Amino acid sequence: MPWPKETRYLGKSAPRVDAPAKVTGRAKFTSDMVPAGLLYGAILRSRWPAARIKSVDLSKAKSAPGIKAAILAKEGEFDINYYGQEIAAVAGASRQAVLDALALIVVNATPRPFVVKELDAIKPDAPSVSAGKPNLGFGQAKNSGDVDAAFASAAAVIEGNYSTPIEFHHPLESHGHTVAWEGDEMTAWSSTQAVFGCRTAFSGALGVPQNKIRVICEHMGGGFGSKFNPGAEGILCARLAQAAGAPVKLMLTRFEQALAVGNRPSSYQKIKLAADASGKLTAFQLESFGTPGFSSGVSNAGGSGGASFPAPYIYKPEATRIKQGSVAVNAGQSCAMRAPGHPVASAGIEAALDDLAAKLGMDPVEIRLKNDPSEIRRREYELGRERFDWKQKYHKPGATPGPIKVGIGCAGAAWMNGNRPSQCELQANPDGTVEVRIGTQDLGTGSRTVVQVVAAEMLGLELSAIDVQVGDTSFPFSGPSGGSTTTVSITPAVYDACENVLAELKKASGIDDPRGAKWKEACGKLRNMPLRVIGRWREGLSTGGACGVQFAEVEVDTETGFVKLRKILVVQDCGLVVNKLTCESQINGGVIMGIGYALYESRVMDRASGVVLNPNFETYKLPGAADIPPIDILLLDMPERGVIGVGEPCTIPTASAIANAVANAIGVRVGSLPITPDKVLAALGKVPPAVRDATATLELSNAFATVAALPAVARNTTLS
Amino acid sequence: MKSGPSLRGAEQAVSLAASVSRRDFLRGLGTTAISTATLGAESVAAELRQANSEKPQGPGGAAITLSINGERRALMLEPRVTLLEALRIHAGLTGPKEVCDRATCGACTVLLDGVPVYACMILAIEAQGREITTIEGISKRGLTPVQQAVVEHDGLQCGYCTPGFVMSLTALLKRNPQPTEADVRKACSGHLCRCGSYPRIFSAALAASRAAVAAKI
Repeated sequence: MPWPKETRYLGKSAPRVDAPAKVTGRAKFTSDMVPAGLLYGAILRSRWPAARIKSVDLSKAKSAPGIKAAILAKEGEFDINYYGQEIAAVAGASRQAVLDALALIVVNATPRPFVVKELDAIKPDAPSVSAGKPNLGFGQAKNSGDVDAAFASAAAVIEGNYSTPIEFHHPLESHGHTVAWEGDEMTAWSSTQAVFGCRTAFSGALGVPQNKIRVICEHMGGGFGSKFNPGAEGILCARLAQAAGAPVKLMLTRFEQALAVGNRPSSYQKIKLAADASGKLTAFQLESFGTPGFSSGVSNAGGSGGASFPAPYIYKPEATRIKQGSVAVNAGQSCAMRAPGHPVASAGIEAALDDLAAKLGMDPVEIRLKNDPSEIRRREYELGRERFDWKQKYHKPGATPGPIKVGIGCAGAAWMNGNRPSQCELQANPDGTVEVRIGTQDLGTGSRTVVQVVAAEMLGLELSAIDVQVGDTSFPFSGPSGGSTTTVSITPAVYDACENVLAELKKASGIDDPRGAKWKEACGKLRNMPLRVIGRWREGLSTGGACGVQFAEVEVDTETGFVKLRKILVVQDCGLVVNKLTCESQINGGVIMGIGYALYESRVMDRASGVVLNPNFETYKLPGAADIPPIDILLLDMPERGVIGVGEPCTIPTASAIANAVANAIGVRVGSLPITPDKVLAALGKVPPAVRDATATLELSNAFATVAALPAVARNTTLS
Repeated sequence: MKSGPSLRGAEQAVSLAASVSRRDFLRGLGTTAISTATLGAESVAAELRQANSEKPQGPGGAAITLSINGERRALMLEPRVTLLEALRIHAGLTGPKEVCDRATCGACTVLLDGVPVYACMILAIEAQGREITTIEGISKRGLTPVQQAVVEHDGLQCGYCTPGFVMSLTALLKRNPQPTEADVRKACSGHLCRCGSYPRIFSAALAASRAAVAAKI
């Protein structure tokens, strides 16, 4: 890789360039935009989980005080598939006026039967979520080798049920937009992970040419995979602004966030895993299902196609028999969420692997060293084992004396990180200052700072000489910020622009090497005309295939069922580290999101009303200040691999490592995430199983049998 | 209808209890039998008489004067407008953020007479006569030690929760210049950060306290 070997900024720790604006409240997010004459928008959402909408009367709402526009989400009759689906939208002078007007909209609807839980939806007599279609259509199958023979000849076989919850993204800035029209030109301030993606979607939905639309996202309050397009709320916001002839801001409430803007699909996994006497995996069998929401069996935005996931994830037993189904329920649709499919896949296989290791009497690290095909991860396990004092801490499952049980666990992860085409524009000014403009966005990952670091490094300048602007479709194109591709995509473009500007400046100034000390002199010869160049993504500077492993230490109170985290160790490869400070922050964030997945977060649906019961943070528990253990990060700096993204890989193995540590502590498996105290006590046999649990067990085994019998379509999963 | 001030921690409860508003008083009647018992029936009747003699506000606009960051701001607001809305929409101060709108996340935190409170849980009309300090108010003369430390330690990612954390940490260091990490965590316990910046928020707060203490020596 042609990156410089001796560096001043690259791989060091530069403070986030936008931090001063963010700590002072000066940073303007989408939700902070107040163009002159701004109106407020809000959406009327269905309170039926399933219904046929016959007609919607907006007349009273339209004439309510302060209301400037009221529009329908859809013309004519249409179907409602989940509680929270958009019906109409209103814009007016104040939020109060709009909320009052929403109550005046009259909806004539015929409610239909609905089903919101996966196990209910699989039953033969369940209401159809989409009329005429089965809720569980077909199974994606992948088979290899002679599975039955491999199980028959194995030294050890385990079978277990593992499950993962529906997880919400819950970015703190809700989904929303502020849209202003000037004649036939539209400007949208969007809280988005893809300004160009939003422009394309706005253009398609509104029939407005792309060159008449500008999307701006200077700062945004988190996305985690849920903000790649304008969403129904964005289109409604633009239509309201058009109808009202005034700018409209439409930000969703926390309740709406839980209903309608995506989530991570759930999973129920029945895994059978076998190894020979040396611990080498020989056979893997999986039946799984989960729900991606009201539409199943299609490749939705989940990035993993419905509710399926890569299996058996990073491991490669010769014989596999896999059948994965996606079941529709009357609930909001899933979408991409930080490493789509991977934490789900990891939660099943890593738990099964530890259960198998326990049966074989093997150390969990040893069984991974034996089976992990990645040389980098095996090295990370070795490094991590030392740093974590694994050998001193490890004991047989459940071996701690007394009521507080201590345990340790580990797990590994892979991420492919493709790259996306990206361009940038770099301008050298006659006074020696530099402006870089790039149509990417900074989700809080530090992409702005990464651009600054690369430009300062390549030009030999102070960081402060480089001004970076992102998040605007009037800048050169860059792709969506997802798939841990942003740093991978933008740094080569900036590198290219720096080379181009140096070549041009050499010509213009006659100075052979205009970098560093000579830069200002060279720029001074530009005769007051700034020099502007374009940079393009190119081969050979970035790559994919991040590898990481994590270790967790927990203590479990066997009297209360409470799990306390003592420590997390991350050993992560992300190739050439561009900015250590923000890279480590992302890893902290991935781990903490994984802690939520392991211990706290789960969407709860109400069978009777079809509503999400825990939309807000008092009932949907995010990790908070008291829940964070010391997080030790060991970055495997491998500059020879080039730049690799880290945002997603670092969140994948956390929950699996914690779940394995809990199993090691108490000696029994809690197979269902999140590991809440009630589940711990139930696993320990300290509370009698509820009647509904026994019913659920029967329903679950029936469901797995149904999935196993599904007509199959081939699934082609490749995972590096 | 919103309920009254959010009380976080005994210290805050004490300072806010000093002025019992009509709303607080009526809510107390509804929810806390003990308080009515201790007040005594006669006193309740007198208070009720006084409360009922107050001129009702709304449903239209009411003239409201707020003291924000040392400036008096006269606003015409419906009585149901929260302090957060008044600040963000009517006073143009968008530093405090709306995230949950129900006292669970802390992103809207402002100081009310120096005490951190959730601005989404107070009606603007109730905040009259109190000194309101927002993130903009503490940022008038460069970065404070807390802000400087958050920048240096990267105690933020997307930054949406950041103004709230900064306000609570500012109040913490004022009342306890040398906090332990446990004190810092407690001060942050009313805040959520979805990006997971907690470890570096904690280290920033401790560094800010060391810097402030060193500066005074």
